[in-house]
Amino acid sequence: MTAVVALEAITTATRRRRSWTLVVGLVLFGLVLATAIVSLFWLPYDPADTAGSRLEPPSLAHWAGTDRLGRDLATQLMIGARIALAVGIGSVAIGAVIGITLGLVAAFAGRVLDDGVSAFLDILIAFPTLLLAMLIVAAQGASLWSAVLAIGLAMSAIIARLTRILAKRILALDYITASRTSGTGMWGIIWQHLLPNVWPTILVNLALQFGLSVIAEASLSYLGLGAPPPNSSWGRMLKEAEGTVLTAPIGAIAPGIAIVILVLGLNLIADGLRDIGDPLRRVSARAVPAPTTEGPR
Amino acid sequence: MSILETSNVGFAYRRGPAVLHDVSFAVTEGRNLAIVGESGAGKTTLLRLLLGLASPTTGDVTFDGTALLRERAYLRSFRRNVQAVFQDPYSSLDPRQTVGRILAEPLRSLKIPGAAGPAIAAALKAVDLPADAVSRYPHEFSGGQRQRIAIARAIIPGPRVLLADEPVSALDVSTRVRIVDLLASLSESITVVLVSHDLGVVAALCQDTVVLERGRVVEAGATESVLRSPASPYTRRLLASVPRLSAPGTEAR
Repeated sequence: MTAVVALEAITTATRRRRSWTLVVGLVLFGLVLATAIVSLFWLPYDPADTAGSRLEPPSLAHWAGTDRLGRDLATQLMIGARIALAVGIGSVAIGAVIGITLGLVAAFAGRVLDDGVSAFLDILIAFPTLLLAMLIVAAQGASLWSAVLAIGLAMSAIIARLTRILAKRILALDYITASRTSGTGMWGIIWQHLLPNVWPTILVNLALQFGLSVIAEASLSYLGLGAPPPNSSWGRMLKEAEGTVLTAPIGAIAPGIAIVILVLGLNLIADGLRDIGDPLRRVSARAVPAPTTEGPR
Repeated sequence: MSILETSNVGFAYRRGPAVLHDVSFAVTEGRNLAIVGESGAGKTTLLRLLLGLASPTTGDVTFDGTALLRERAYLRSFRRNVQAVFQDPYSSLDPRQTVGRILAEPLRSLKIPGAAGPAIAAALKAVDLPADAVSRYPHEFSGGQRQRIAIARAIIPGPRVLLADEPVSALDVSTRVRIVDLLASLSESITVVLVSHDLGVVAALCQDTVVLERGRVVEAGATESVLRSPASPYTRRLLASVPRLSAPGTEAR
């Protein structure tokens, strides 16, 4: 009896702690989102305003100091939040739409098409995102859209492979056969059984990929393959602070912290979603054990 | 009168060897039929052909005297009449759907007229589950209860034939007896085709038996005569492999 009570206490505690990861994740993500939204209406300074003195430390006038051209770093951070979210949302949308579609096609296809799609995905996954980005930039020029496209395409391969594996596993289960004998067609099976069962895992992965795409965008911007000036992305801020990192470290620390806040938030959200998505945690409104009809009568 | 019939059915998976050869038998309305054989004998493949989930490579599966068609309208009426229960109650129910939704699926997909609520309530009552099960998820039920849910889903369209693929082999012994009892009571109005290698269940439930060995019918007839005086050596081996309880003190010395 004591063991049961202890077990219940542990379960409740675990559940509470896990819901906290989602809450903390949402708070961190919300902080960045709110900053991005505010930046659309109000900025402390004009991003091109070089009126401040160079490499100023944080002060009341410049919360995060200024860069070597005398531009306000807080302003750049706020614009960077906008860019990071735009790239994340854009690439996740591209990755999800292409990836889920391709994964489902491969899962339903005959052996030849499935093998073809799988080989293509393996190549795409092995292909460095950076090289893909350079090719796209070479074709389209450096822009926010090029970065979104490169990250989205790279992500779609990962999501497609995941979707394919999950879908194949579910399609082999008896409840799919039962659904067929119940007269449900292919689209019905996809909407009613397949997507609801693969979606939670994919959603968790999309949240993780969102975080990775923020880092990828920062890397691309750092290399000059991201959004060109005057858009200030966190990656480009890091690049610009490179030469002065020892004399005025705030220029590198501030965008670094911003990236950590957003990526950590997204990873915590992914963690929280994973626990919520587990069907075994889903209990009907009346969470009492179903009366047994199997016991001795 | 035969409802489901196979004549000279053969089946091979793509680029694989044939798993069924020249299988012919008939399911007679009102007489439960057992398909018996060891693992790998082709029982489950045969069941898929009987369910119209795959087409035979050679020969025909006929329902009410006509070969199964691939047309949607035909399949709908076929599926109203022929339903299935699967072996593993843990994988045959979608974990993300409530029991109510699971039971409503055949009503919706087979376009069965009438309100779903009363039909679902009646099906739950028929399998001896509480009415409030509709709002619960499969993981809230035990293995035997899940198999009852699967049986409820199968009987809800009002089928004439219920194909059961090893419906009790994943259950513990006492639960097994209750599920067999349930199938026996249902078989008063539905003809049960039982795929099994459990001869005890077969004897309790089925009037007719077909014995499959490596994809061929080696024996067919009334269960009693097949089990009492098996003609084929394979059936004799199968009978000999049934575990028996020996009384204390009579063990081999």
